[in-house]
Amino acid sequence: MSNITLKVNGKAHAVDVDLSTPLLYVLRNDVGVQGPRFGCGLGQCGACTVIIKGEAVRSCTRPVSSVQGAEITTLEGLSQNGVLHPLQQAWIDEQVPQCGFCQNGQILTAKVLLDKNPNPTDAQIRQGMANTLCRCMTYYRIQAAIKRAAKVTA
Amino acid sequence: MTPFTTTPEESQTVEPAGTTRRDFLKNSGRLVVGFSAISAVPGVPFAEAVLNAAQGAGPYPDLDFRQLDSWIVIRQDNTATFYVGKTDLGQGTGTAFRQIMADELDMPYDRTSCVMGSTDVTVDQGGSGGSDALQTDGWPMRRVAAEARRVLLDMASQRFAVPAGDLVVSDAVISVRSDPSKRITYGDLIGGRKFNVTLTGNNPDATTGIAKLKDVQQFKIVGQSPQRYDIPAKVDGSLKWAVDVKLPGMVHARNVKPPFAGATLISIDESSVRGIPGIVKVVSKGNYVAVVCEREEHAIQAARQLKVNWQKPATAPFPSSENLHSFMRRATPTLSLPPTVVGDTAAALAGAARVVQADYDVPFQGHTSFGPAHATADPSNDQLTIYSNDMKSYGMRNGVAEFLKIPRDRVRVIWMEGPQGYGRTAADDAGFEAAFLAKEIGRPVRVQWMRNEETAWDTKGPAYTFTMRGGLDAQGNLTAFEYDARAADHHHLGYNEHDTVLISQLMGTRREPNRGGASMPNEMYAIPNRRMSAHVVSLPLVWETPLRTGNLRDPNGPQTTFASESFIDELAAAAKADPVEFRMKLLTGSTVEDSGFKRARSIAVVKAAAEKFGWDPRPSPRPRATGDIMTGRGIAYAWRSQTVVAQIAEVEVNRRTGKVWVKRFVCAHDCGLVVNPEGLRRAVEGGMLHALSRALYEEVQFDTEKVTSVDWITSPSLRHTDTPATIDVVIVNGDPNPNRPDLPHYGAGETVCKTTLAAVGNAIYDATGVRLRRVPFREARVLAALKSAGVPSGG
Ligand code: FES
Ligand code: FES
Repeated sequence: MSNITLKVNGKAHAVDVDLSTPLLYVLRNDVGVQGPRFGCGLGQCGACTVIIKGEAVRSCTRPVSSVQGAEITTLEGLSQNGVLHPLQQAWIDEQVPQCGFCQNGQILTAKVLLDKNPNPTDAQIRQGMANTLCRCMTYYRIQAAIKRAAKVTA
Repeated sequence: MTPFTTTPEESQTVEPAGTTRRDFLKNSGRLVVGFSAISAVPGVPFAEAVLNAAQGAGPYPDLDFRQLDSWIVIRQDNTATFYVGKTDLGQGTGTAFRQIMADELDMPYDRTSCVMGSTDVTVDQGGSGGSDALQTDGWPMRRVAAEARRVLLDMASQRFAVPAGDLVVSDAVISVRSDPSKRITYGDLIGGRKFNVTLTGNNPDATTGIAKLKDVQQFKIVGQSPQRYDIPAKVDGSLKWAVDVKLPGMVHARNVKPPFAGATLISIDESSVRGIPGIVKVVSKGNYVAVVCEREEHAIQAARQLKVNWQKPATAPFPSSENLHSFMRRATPTLSLPPTVVGDTAAALAGAARVVQADYDVPFQGHTSFGPAHATADPSNDQLTIYSNDMKSYGMRNGVAEFLKIPRDRVRVIWMEGPQGYGRTAADDAGFEAAFLAKEIGRPVRVQWMRNEETAWDTKGPAYTFTMRGGLDAQGNLTAFEYDARAADHHHLGYNEHDTVLISQLMGTRREPNRGGASMPNEMYAIPNRRMSAHVVSLPLVWETPLRTGNLRDPNGPQTTFASESFIDELAAAAKADPVEFRMKLLTGSTVEDSGFKRARSIAVVKAAAEKFGWDPRPSPRPRATGDIMTGRGIAYAWRSQTVVAQIAEVEVNRRTGKVWVKRFVCAHDCGLVVNPEGLRRAVEGGMLHALSRALYEEVQFDTEKVTSVDWITSPSLRHTDTPATIDVVIVNGDPNPNRPDLPHYGAGETVCKTTLAAVGNAIYDATGVRLRRVPFREARVLAALKSAGVPSGG
């Protein structure tokens, strides 16, 4: 076990963990955020997504040693001063989730997509989201919500 | 140490919007405790209420469904909480419950909240399943809410000394009609106190008071689309899910599953995990093995690293997935259902101008839930509290009590949100495992399955084979229909019985297989001669098998409807008839109506779907296109319970790759009275796309030892790139008397799962002239079918 510091949603957290531990478990069990969740542990589904350096990162396969010092944003950190991010608002307006378990990955992946490309085409949205799974199949509404948010942020 | 702990009780109460109020309903003595940050109820210290709930001071007897107080609590601030014994799997049923109950109670929707499915605070309505939330359980909910309104009116009548008939209610305020200055809120009448009103009825579904229900026309909230109350916390990250439960002293467990189905545990080499920090225990009983560690990542590591010596079974547990259907066709059935017989099918087939025959196959399909099974159990106070997303929480409570031989009133299941249910948690293995391990270790235990474990070992929708024959007369009329189905469903699970969950089977519990079931198609076609038969077959291994079957979003409907509605399409094609007109002729061929008017409503949905789609009548297939992309459209129709749907798919088939894309879905849907139209639309969209995933991708693959489809690569799912460009859900009310004041509300979660597979298959036929009789329509299978039918691969 080693003492390291993680910066999560603007706050520093000192944790004592094995450096090879996937970031996901440290975030959930030591830092105490719950936006990222376990879906596959294999980097295949997106449930565990966080944002690091502007990229959507799958925390289930990323050793915690590799993210020391980096600013980590989770779903909890998306709103600013109590105001929801336009994507979160669009998710509510479109009433996107069914069970909602995958939506952490959907929202954060969409955030990175829009940050890089504020006006994506339908095809770019579909392609950009292709590896983020939803087993309640809310894809149709997710895509509508991304378009709705793009109008607000663009 | 973790800076974060949560008292899960905090998350089970859903607050009315805009308040900080929380309720704890402590059932011993039915004490109603209401408090808020501003005004605690006098005499009930805040801390005590929290402590009681957090420590879970039992015992937890069943709530008395014949007490109005078990269902509804009204507070002094004129808000109400409804306690219902159902669970919401993400289709918005909680919102719908609030709507129907608020409407009957005459209370504004946003002054209400709803607590669901926790066995110690809600009556046993069975949890969820069968899309019965509104169809069955909505009625007692409406009746108790109406009864509460009646009692409140009675109280006001005494208070103002006027007959109840001279009072009016609006938004939870009662006033005297002739003197509106005389008014009182529900909260002032009863807030914080008990109703003490006894209800009648032999079971929770039959619960009733003496109040009359409202006519449909009087509803103000039903039929509107308030947003789902659970969504904000799901998108801002604040919701505490069942996976998020953390308790003081909690440890983490992971299972070690047999690497071969039917394997026997010989020995465990505990030295193989000795170096891992924080090992609490390696637990094994029978063939059940788990490791428990202080930290989650170490439990995962230990489960991977533990050396276990297993012995393979003497005989293969099952044929390989490639040989499954030929095995099923050869097997001697373990159960044959009494056939449904109309007329003389054999004679009609013999005399038919044209006989069409076809075999259809559907593989096992898994739940492959987005989030693997999980639960946390707390053994403190000599009882068990299980935090779980189990859709049938009451079944789990009963099952765990029996499994661990502890009194039922010492077990409670606190229901919390979880991933994609759709039947998986009706056989909630993880809850039983957590309970067993917690008792074994004496500390709270959190169990979570790994991805390969979940995908391989979850409950499966039964595989089917079908053989069908149909006879047409010289005019193309369908004169005979013969249907014979076989389902690999020998031991169907689904109600959390203690002796059916996997841990119990692995520990050697055996009971008579329940013999499963096999189904007939559900349509209202008038066919003069019809013979339908269905059988159950068993695979060699009945116990401890990853091919155990359970409820999967309409357990048999997608399979049977795929076969029957594809075959009806084959008959229409043989008759050179338009597929919609062919079906309409069959539906209008009789005038016999059932109590739910399913025939009339079937006609209405088929018409509505065709109209919305812009269906132009012509036989299938269409003349084949010459480019790479061939397009076509297909329809399918079915009913489930009392809900009827017709669905049309428009597809593009790429002749070079075999790729199928559904460009558009139209669904005409009649589930009677619609409580929340926007919620219904989304549930139907999700159901269609879930079934589309089953149509295009999903299939459990296995060799003769184990399941080999174990992750999202080997067990592919529908993705964003497969999403239709357009989905139209047309809400239909096809009741012959659409304005009847007692229009019933039927279930909506599953019917559309039936029609999707056939609608897509029929559209592929329309586009290509090639009939696909086995799902899923993966690219390679489509390409092979096109090739063997001589469809050129180059445009
Ligand atoms: S849990 Fe990390 S990608 Fe699935
Ligand atoms: S909303 Fe349930 S998995 Fe996506």
